Amino acid sequence: MKEKLEQIRNAAKSALSSLESKNEIEEIRIKYLGKKGELTAILKQMGSLSAEERPIVGQLANEIRQDIENEIQNISEKLKEKELENRLKSETIDVTIPGEKIELGHVHPLTFVLNEIKEIFIGMGFDIAEGPEVEYDYYNFEALNIPKDHPARDTQDTFYINDNIVLRTQTSPVQIRVMEKTQPPIRIISPGRVYRSDAVDATHSPLFHQIEGLVVDKGITMADLKGTLETFAKRLYGENTQIRLRPHHFPFTEPSCEIDVTCFKCGGKGCPMCKGEGWIEILGGGMVHPKVLKNGGIDPEVYSGFAFGVGLERLTMFRFNIDDMRLLYENDLRFLGQF
Amino acid sequence: MILSRKWVNDYVDVSDISDKEFADALTLSGSKVESYEKEGEFIKNIVVGKVNSLEKHPDSDHLWICKIDVGIEDELQIVTGAQNLKEGDIVPVALHKSVLADGTKITKGKLRGVESNGMLCSLGELGLTVNDFPYAIEDGIFVLGDDCDKTLGLDIQTAIGLNDTAVEFEITSNRVDCFSVIGLARETAATFKRELKINEPVVKSGHGDVNDMLKVNILDGEKCYRYTGAVVENVRVKESPRWLRERLRASGVRPISNIVDITNYVMLEYGQPMHAFDLRYLEGNTVNVRTAKNGETITTLDGEERTLNDSMLVIADENKPVAVAGIMGGEYSGIMDDTTTIVFESACFNGASVRRTAKALGMRTEASSRYEKELNPGACLNALKRALELVQLLDAGDVVNGIVDCCKKTKEQVSLDFDYNYINNFIGINLSEKEQIEILERLDFVVKDGRIYAPEFRNDIEHLADISEEVARFYGFHNIPNRELSGVANGKYTKKQKFENEVNSALISCGCSEAYTFSFISPKAYDRINLPKDSELRRSIVITNPLGEDTSVMRTTAIPSILDVLARNYKNRNEKAKLYEVATNYSPNGENELPDEYKRAVIGLYGDDYSYYTIKGIVEELCRVLRIDNYDVERVTDNPTFHPGRTAEFTVGGKRLAILGEVHPLVAENYGIGKRVYVAEFDIDTAFENSSDVHTHKPLPKFPATNRDLAFVCDKSIPVLSLKKAIQSAVGAVLEEVKLFDIYEGNQIEEGKKSVAFAIRMRAHDRTLTDEETDSAMKRVVKALSDMGISLRS
Repeated sequence: MKEKLEQIRNAAKSALSSLESKNEIEEIRIKYLGKKGELTAILKQMGSLSAEERPIVGQLANEIRQDIENEIQNISEKLKEKELENRLKSETIDVTIPGEKIELGHVHPLTFVLNEIKEIFIGMGFDIAEGPEVEYDYYNFEALNIPKDHPARDTQDTFYINDNIVLRTQTSPVQIRVMEKTQPPIRIISPGRVYRSDAVDATHSPLFHQIEGLVVDKGITMADLKGTLETFAKRLYGENTQIRLRPHHFPFTEPSCEIDVTCFKCGGKGCPMCKGEGWIEILGGGMVHPKVLKNGGIDPEVYSGFAFGVGLERLTMFRFNIDDMRLLYENDLRFLGQF
Repeated sequence: MILSRKWVNDYVDVSDISDKEFADALTLSGSKVESYEKEGEFIKNIVVGKVNSLEKHPDSDHLWICKIDVGIEDELQIVTGAQNLKEGDIVPVALHKSVLADGTKITKGKLRGVESNGMLCSLGELGLTVNDFPYAIEDGIFVLGDDCDKTLGLDIQTAIGLNDTAVEFEITSNRVDCFSVIGLARETAATFKRELKINEPVVKSGHGDVNDMLKVNILDGEKCYRYTGAVVENVRVKESPRWLRERLRASGVRPISNIVDITNYVMLEYGQPMHAFDLRYLEGNTVNVRTAKNGETITTLDGEERTLNDSMLVIADENKPVAVAGIMGGEYSGIMDDTTTIVFESACFNGASVRRTAKALGMRTEASSRYEKELNPGACLNALKRALELVQLLDAGDVVNGIVDCCKKTKEQVSLDFDYNYINNFIGINLSEKEQIEILERLDFVVKDGRIYAPEFRNDIEHLADISEEVARFYGFHNIPNRELSGVANGKYTKKQKFENEVNSALISCGCSEAYTFSFISPKAYDRINLPKDSELRRSIVITNPLGEDTSVMRTTAIPSILDVLARNYKNRNEKAKLYEVATNYSPNGENELPDEYKRAVIGLYGDDYSYYTIKGIVEELCRVLRIDNYDVERVTDNPTFHPGRTAEFTVGGKRLAILGEVHPLVAENYGIGKRVYVAEFDIDTAFENSSDVHTHKPLPKFPATNRDLAFVCDKSIPVLSLKKAIQSAVGAVLEEVKLFDIYEGNQIEEGKKSVAFAIRMRAHDRTLTDEETDSAMKRVVKALSDMGISLRS
C-alpha cells in the first residue's frame, strides 16, 4: 500500500509538472484528491490494514495529500503568473500614437495677459471698476482737465457720436466716475476698450484696450506710485526687472511720467527689441491733478492720489513676441490655438 | 521739434557733452529725445582738394583726368565725368577707401584704362542739395565757395560745416515754450547746471518812421491779443550766409532766401511765428486783423484757394485778406525776387481759434502748431527785434525806425504761495527750501516773500502740483524713493465679474476659443444676417466720423461679429472652428443719453463633426455651470437669421436667456461659409439674475434605484421635451432622472410617427421602493401620455 501511495504521489507530480493551462489543474485535483480520486480510493482500503500499519499509512497518505495540494498551489500560481505575462505581452500597443484629442478652447492672448495683471493688482488690494465705452465728452475730456479746443485732444483722435458723446479715447474717465461714487481710500484698476480714429495697421487699431489704475488716499506721494509700479513690473516680468520714470505730460496728472521697464529680452543690455535702449516704455502715469480730484468730488487739500494707464495690446505683443496687432483681432484659430 | 546742437551752444555751452549723454539727460529731465542724427554720419575719408590740372581722357569724349592736391606731397590722379571743373577749383575728394553719405564705398580703380585714386563729389554725394549751397550746381562737382574752409586735406565735414547733430524732441502740448531753441537751451542749462546766456536783440537806428508807412488795427481783440509790425525798405533778396543755412538745415527747414530764412530762423529760435508781407500788396498800407466774411476767399502760399467763414481770423488790408491769421500767408503778398519793401509781422492769436480754423481748412503749419498751444503776447516784440537785427546783420535791407505795436491783451503773471513742505510731501522727497529754490530759479521762476512767480513764457503753471513737477524732474524722478502702498485693502472681483469669469472658463472648457472683435460694425451687417427692415436691432449708435462704413455703427448684436470670425477661419481653410466672445453690445437711448451697454456671449461653430446638438449642448452645459436649472426650451421658427426648423430659444423668468441654432443657409451664404454654421447668443445679464446663489450638495443615495425603460410612439412633430415633462410630472417625487436614449423612425413604425424611448430611474431617499410603487408610477406615465394621444410602443 505504501508503494501505491508513493506511485500516486509521483504520478500526480509528474502530471502537474507537464501542465499548460490552469483548467487542467482542476482535473488533476479531482483525479487524485477528489471524492472518487485515486488517493481517496486507497484510503478507503485502509480498513484492510493492521492496527499497527493504519496510523503509519494514514500519516503517509495525509502527507502525500498535503504534498500534492502544495504542488497544485505552487503550479497554479506559476501558471497564473505566466498567463498574466502572456496577456501583458499580447496587449502591448504603440505608445507613441497620439492621444485622444481633448477639445478645450483657447484663451485669447489679451485675456491671458489681462488676467495676470488683474491678479497682480487684486493681490495689492485693488478692486476692478468698470465704466461705459460710449461716454460723455465731459468724463472723457473736460473733467480730466482737457477742455474743448485743448491741443491735447489732437493726440487722441476721437470718434464722435454727437457734440457731447464720444467713444472713450482712454479708460481715464472711469477715474472720475469712481471718485464721484466713492470716498477715499480708493484703489482700483479699470480695464476696458478704448477707441481712437487710427487706421488699422501692424501697430495701430481704432479699438484697443487700456488698464487704468487709480489710488487716492491721505498722504499718497510719487514714491507710492513708483513703489506700486515697480511691484507690478516685477510680478509681471520677474524680480530682476527695474523701472525708470521719465517726466512727461498728461493733462490729468501732475507731475506726469512715462514709465519704462528694463527690456525683458536682454535685461537692459540693449537689443533689437528695445532698439538698443535697454528700456521699453509700457506705462504712463502721475499724481492725479488737483483739478481732477476736485472734479471727482474729492478735496485736493486733504487727499492726493496717483493714476496710471497701460496698453494691453502693447504688453501682450511684447509678451508673446507678436509683431502685428491685426493678428489679435483676426481670430484665426491657427493663431489663437497657440495660446 | 528738431534742435541743432551747434545752435543751442550759442546759449549754453554743452559742446563737451556727447550726443548720447545729452539725449539721455534731457529725456530724464523732461524733454524727451525721440532720436538724434549726426549730419553726414556715414561720410568717411572725404577731404578738401584742389584741381591742379585737367586733361581729356584719351579714350573718352566726356571723361577728364585730374591731378588733385589734397595737402600731401604727391598729387592724386582722379578721373571724373563732371563737366563743370576748371584748374584751381577747390572740391570734395573722396579718397581710396572712403564712404559717401548714402553709404557707398569708394576705392581706387581704373576708368577706361586710366588709374583713378578716388572720386570728386557732388552735393548729392555729400547728402546735400543746392538749398544748402545755392551757388553750387546740382549735377556737377561741388566747387567750394568762399564760405568754406579751403585748407587742403581738411576733413570735408569740418570744411563745409556738415558736422552738426540734429536732436529730435517730443514736445508736449503744455510746453510750447520748448518749441524753440531758447526754450530748450533753458532746459539744457537747468539739466547740466550751466549758465544760460540770452542776448537781448539790438536794432541799430535806421531811417524814417514806421508809423508813416504802416497802420495796424485789431478788430477782434478776442482772437488777436497783439500785433506788432515793422518795415524794411530796399530789401536785397539773396541767399543767407552759410551759418544760417546750416542751422536751418539741421533744424529740418529748407533755406530759401534771406528774408524768408530770417522769419523761419526767428520762429525756431524764439518759438514765435513770423510772417513777411510785400508792402506793395497791402492796399492802404494797412493791416486789419479781423474775422473773415462768410464766403470770402484767399489763395494761400501753397496755391490752394480757401473759402473762409466768419469764425476765422484773417490778416487783411483795406479790401482783402492777405493771410489766414497764424496759419499761412496769401500767395500774392509773399516775398518775390523784386520785392523792395516788406512788413514783418510778429503777432499773438487766440490758440483755440487758430486750432479750429486750421482744422476746418485742413492745413496745419509750423506756425499754427505753435499758436494753437497758446503763445505769450509778451514774446512778440523781442522776436520782431531779433528779425530786424538779423536783417541788419545779413544786410538784407534797410530797417525803418520804430515798431507798430497794437496790444489788446497781456498775460497776467501767475504767482502762488510757495510751500516747500507741500512739495516734499506731494512727491515723497526731502529737499530743503534752498535746494528747491535753486532748481526753480534755473527755470526763471522767482521766489520772493513766500510767493513763487512763474515766468511769463510758461502757461502750464496753476497749482503747487505744477511747481512740484518742476522740482521733481530736476531732482530726478529716478531719485525719488520707491514705497509700497501702506494700509489694508481687500482687492476682489464683484459677484458679476466672478460670474463673467465663470462664463469664460465654462466656454473654454466646452472647446470654444475666445475671440476679440471690434464693437463697431457696418450697418450692412444687419442685412447680411437677414434682420427685418423694421427690426429694433437696426437702431444703432452711429459714429459721426467713422474710419469707414465698415466700422460706423456700434453693434446691437454680436452675431455678425462672430460670423465674420467664422468666415475668416473658413476662408483660411481651417476645417472646423468653435469660437466665442463675451461681447458688449450697445442699444441707444435718448439723443443726449448714453446707450445701454450689455454683455452677451456669442458662440459660433462650423465643422463636419458639429450639429445643432453641439451648440445646444454647449448652452446646456453653460446653464449647468452657471446654476440655472429652471429654463424652458422652445422652438423658434420666425427668426430670419436662423434656420426655421433648427432653432430654439431658452427662456428663464419670462426673459430670453439664449437663442441658438443653425444659421439660415442664406445668411451662411452671405458670409461665404460653405458648411452648416451654428450660432448661439447667450444673455449674461439674464443669466446672472437667474443663477441660483445657493449651491448645496445632495447626499449620495443609501437605497437602491429602480430603472424602467419605456418607449412611446407619437407624431414626428411632437417635441420630446413635452414627453419628458409629462413623464416628470406623472412619476412625481420618486423620480430621479428621465433620460432620452433612443429616437427611431423607420419601417417598423407607422409613417409620420416616431418611437421615443426613455430610461426612467426612480428612488426614494428613505427606503427601498416596492414593486407596487414603481408599477403604479409607470401606469401613471402611460396614462398621462395616452391622454396626450401618445401610445406605448408595443
